[in-house]
Amino acid sequence: MAVRVQQEDFDAGSEIVRLRAGNSAVGAVASFIGIVRDLNEGATVGSITLEHYPGMTEKSLTSIAEQAKERWRLHDVLIIHRVGTLEPTDQIVLVVTTSTHRGDALAACQFVMDYLKTEAPFWKKEAIAGGERWVDARESDDAARKRWRP
Amino acid sequence: MKLRVLYFAALRERVGCSEEMVEAPDSVATVAQLRSWLIQRGDTWADAFAGKRRVRAAVDQTMVDDQHVLRDGAEVAFFPPVTGG
Repeated sequence: MAVRVQQEDFDAGSEIVRLRAGNSAVGAVASFIGIVRDLNEGATVGSITLEHYPGMTEKSLTSIAEQAKERWRLHDVLIIHRVGTLEPTDQIVLVVTTSTHRGDALAACQFVMDYLKTEAPFWKKEAIAGGERWVDARESDDAARKRWRP
Repeated sequence: MKLRVLYFAALRERVGCSEEMVEAPDSVATVAQLRSWLIQRGDTWADAFAGKRRVRAAVDQTMVDDQHVLRDGAEVAFFPPVTGG
């Protein structure tokens, strides 16, 4: 299990190869990549800057990965989240889950993203024409998080 | 009670600082009471926490609700709902 918060970009392919290396029991890998869009709430986005809470961020992501491992039969979980200034088409986040069968990997991957969206202390600020604005939290993200309640 | 108070994102900008050490009076026991005490210190905090803005809190780097009881020396962070991913 690994959690990384970094400014640098990542390569999903090599991360997946590394995560499942040497484990011949892995029969399924699920992954999610979040990408910066050029349009949000009707405005063209020039760039976004991600702020976070060093210390709590890592703690929160580790806790989310651990909860996923408790709920599903997983071999491993990887979460990489970028911080700093990013531009449209840049990658923001990578989640990879490995399991023996696809059901566990796919469900756990979605669970991790839904929890990350509402629990992990990251905040996005967008640069748009005429200035900057903080991105508002979406109610649809809260709803997505709630469907995983035990 | 001595507390380290942190502010993030839009709240950090409205307060005008990212961190302060405060000596809260005995009447402050919970997160909600700390917020009320910060607000009555002046317009900066009153404006920052004003209205219907949702503000979340974390104590010692774990998300908590308003009724969470504080301990001396705790790290208390206030921030808007998160928007990562």
